[in-house]
Parts: sequence; structure tokens; C-alpha cells
Amino acid sequence: MDYFSQAIAEALVLVLSLDAEVYTVVWTSIYISILAVCLAAVTSIPLGIVISLKSFPGKPLLLQVLNTLMALPTVVVGLLLYGLLTRQGPLGELGMLYTPLAMILGQWILVSPIICNLTVSAVSSADPRLHTTCMTLGAGTWQQGLVFMSELRLGLMAAVVAGFGRAIGEVGVAMMLGGNIEGFTRTMTTAIALETSKGEFELALALGMLLLLVAFVVNGFLFRLQRKSR
Amino acid sequence: MLYYRLFIAFILLSVSAAGHARDSLRMATTTSTDNSGLLKVLHPPFEAQHDIRVDVIAVGTGKALRLGEQGDVDIVFVHAPDAEQAFVEAGFGVKRYPVMHNDFVIVGPEGDPAGIGVLTSASQALKQLAESQAVFISRGDDSGTHKKEKSLWNEAGIEPGGDWYLAVGQGMGAVLKIADDKGAYALTDRGTYLAYQDKIQLKVVVEGAPALFNPYHVIMVNPEKHPHVNRQAAEAYIDYIRSEAGQLIIRNFKVAGKQLFHPDVIP
Repeated sequence: MDYFSQAIAEALVLVLSLDAEVYTVVWTSIYISILAVCLAAVTSIPLGIVISLKSFPGKPLLLQVLNTLMALPTVVVGLLLYGLLTRQGPLGELGMLYTPLAMILGQWILVSPIICNLTVSAVSSADPRLHTTCMTLGAGTWQQGLVFMSELRLGLMAAVVAGFGRAIGEVGVAMMLGGNIEGFTRTMTTAIALETSKGEFELALALGMLLLLVAFVVNGFLFRLQRKSR
Repeated sequence: MLYYRLFIAFILLSVSAAGHARDSLRMATTTSTDNSGLLKVLHPPFEAQHDIRVDVIAVGTGKALRLGEQGDVDIVFVHAPDAEQAFVEAGFGVKRYPVMHNDFVIVGPEGDPAGIGVLTSASQALKQLAESQAVFISRGDDSGTHKKEKSLWNEAGIEPGGDWYLAVGQGMGAVLKIADDKGAYALTDRGTYLAYQDKIQLKVVVEGAPALFNPYHVIMVNPEKHPHVNRQAAEAYIDYIRSEAGQLIIRNFKVAGKQLFHPDVIP
């Protein structure tokens, strides 16, 4: 029991001590994940709506691929982008490796399939009359998209929240593309990995609790936002 | 509306944080220098004096040198003399500068069941471990310590493998923890061992052999190969770490009352 009680005590100390280092880590985690998820929402929600409304050859295959991409290991995304962003890689000139931008890019790739898929299922589970009504009223693709976005905001918000969960909890991309640089690219997950490897298990577990707390608060904010928009 | 405004403000704040460019010296170093906490006291004076951030990427020596080869860092601070030599000879690095040293030790369970403590040669000790099939935990990650371990096995004429030899592919601290859990032997740098001493039961069983010397060098990545290397900052860093001020910090750095690294420039 010592192990857990010590971890809980450490967690309390972390939260209450207002330690600048801890807050930098928390803030880095939050802003990187939020930006990645916003980017993914902007690109993947419209894509998901289009995919589910249009019928085209190869659609079942595309859906299957999208589903598979949800299982994309974070380290694989890290490796792929690493190869692109290293100085010797095709995008090396940009000097993006080991910066927050690289992490945002990686998390965007990770989160996109999730948001896209959940958007597709939200649209498919919508009242079928929605689509027909739009058609009879002569709405174009854009207008239809807007109608779907406002009618399905519950499902879409769920997609965004799921995406955020994936982004803030992942360690592969953050470690490989961020490099765990203190005060710059160290996130809560890479800090947990580091403290674990240093044998500071209680501190690592405390950071884990802090991560959950942060996710709880951010999700609460998102749901508030959604309720206000009703 | 308040929530929307908050949300927009938050996004703007995030974008400015992500787009914030800064002047930095990028260093790849080993987990042993970083995890010990040395860099945390060594770097702030340099950062304040030159108004530059040192971005530390702590990995195994093998990967650190690879990052240097590819030009992803400006400077490397590592401990694997042979690999460093090859790195400089291939033109990836400019010059090696000795900074500090400590030594490797072989640690094992209380009472030393394999009886290697009486041996004064590190490779002989490993040979005896292999013969007695005592469990040995290897870094297995191409780090400086792993490179040293491989050279010792090589010297002993043994290709380690089998149930008793576990290559775990993790950092030094994790390896010590695993060895401690399994009552096994391991090769470690003394610094990490001292830092972990109060968390584990393992004891030093072999030490002081000449083959266990562990020197750290700093090398600037060759700006002729990689023009974006922050040459000015890298040279200033090398000057600093070898200056009296830098060397004194290294000498005075203690964990649990024990000195971890011995400076090379000052006595």
C-alpha cells in the first residue's frame, strides 16, 4: 500500500506546489494536443461527412482502411515522420524535428482517422430523413454539410473528445518527434516515461494521475462548450 | 459566449506557443549524464551568460551519435571512445574534447553467488558469470554502456546468449531495477549506480579494473557537413564546459553525498 499512498501524496504535492516545471509540462501537453485535435477536426469532420454521404466505388475498402488506421501504432507514425523530418530527410530543411510543430503534425495523423471514422458513423446513424429532407429542399453539398454538422454536433463532439483522448495519452509520437526536451517538448506522457526509466515510480504514477485530472478538466470544458451551443 | 471567447483565446495562445521560435543549442547526450541531474546544474550558468537555451535530447550513445551524423543536433556529449573516434574520422564531428570521467562497475546480488568479486579483470569476471550461468541483465540498446559490455564479452571470447543472458533494451536505471528484482548481475556506470543506491539492494562486486574506465567527450557536429549547425553556440559550450567554472560544477556535483564525475581539465 506504501507505493500507492506515496504516489497519491506525490500527486497532491505536484498539484499544490505550483512547481513551474510541472506546469510547463502540463501546458505543453495540453496545447499540443488541442492544436492537433483542432487541425484534425477541421480536416476530418468534413472528410467524414463527404465520405458517408457520397457513394463511390471502393467506399467499403476506404472505410476498412480508415478503421485499420485507428489502430496505427504511435511509434510507427513517429518513425515515418522522423524519416521525413530528420535533416537528411525530404523535409529536413525545415528543421522541424524535435519541435512542438513536429509533435502536432504526428498527433494530427494519429487523431484524424479516429475523428473521420466516428464522423462517418455519426452521419450513418443519423435520421435517414435528414438526408432526404435536405435533398428535397434542394440543398447543395455545402449546405448539407452544414446541416449535418449542426444536427449531429453531439456525435461530432464525441469524435473530437475521443481524438483528444488519443492525443493527450500517446507517448510514441511525443517521444520520437519531440525528443522529451525539458521546458520545450516534454509532455506529461514523456515525463512519465522518463521518471519510470529513472525508477521514480511514485512520481511517474503521480504524473499519470495529473494527466487524468487534466483530461477530465479539458473534457468538462468541451462539454460545457457543447451545451452552450445548443 | 464566454466559453467561445475562452476557447478562441486558448487556441490563439496555443498557436503562439507552437510558433514561438528561439535560439537554442541542441545537444544529444546519454541518459547517464542527464538522469543523474548533472546537466540541470551545469547548464543554467551557461544559458544565462550566453542567453541561449540548451535543448537536451537524452538517448543512448549509439543514437546520440546517429543524431549527430544526420545533423539533427549541434553537439554530442557521449561516452564510447571507439565509436566517437569513428564518428570524428568519418568527418561527422570536428574534434573530441575530454570533459570528465568516472568508471564502470559490475554490480550483483548481496553475497556474490557467482563468486566473481575476487577477480581483478572485468572480462575474466564476465567469463566466470557465463560459466556459472548467473543471470546477467544487458542494456541491449547500443548505448555507451552496452558498447563497453560487448567489448568486454569480446575480450573474454564469449558470445553471450541463453536463458541467463537478458537483453532488455532499456536505460541504465531500468536495468538496475530489473537486475535488482531478479537478483542478477549487470554492468553499470558508477554514477547511475550511486544515484540508485538507496533504491536497490545490488552491491558493487567488480571495480577498479583498467578496462572499466569511462571517459566522456564532447564533440561539435561538423558544420561543413551540416551548415545549419549552431557553430558559435557549440564552440562557446565546449569552452564553457572545459573552463574552470564548468569543471568545478562537475567536480562539486554530488548525489547522496557522493561525487559522480571527475573533471578532466582541472585536477
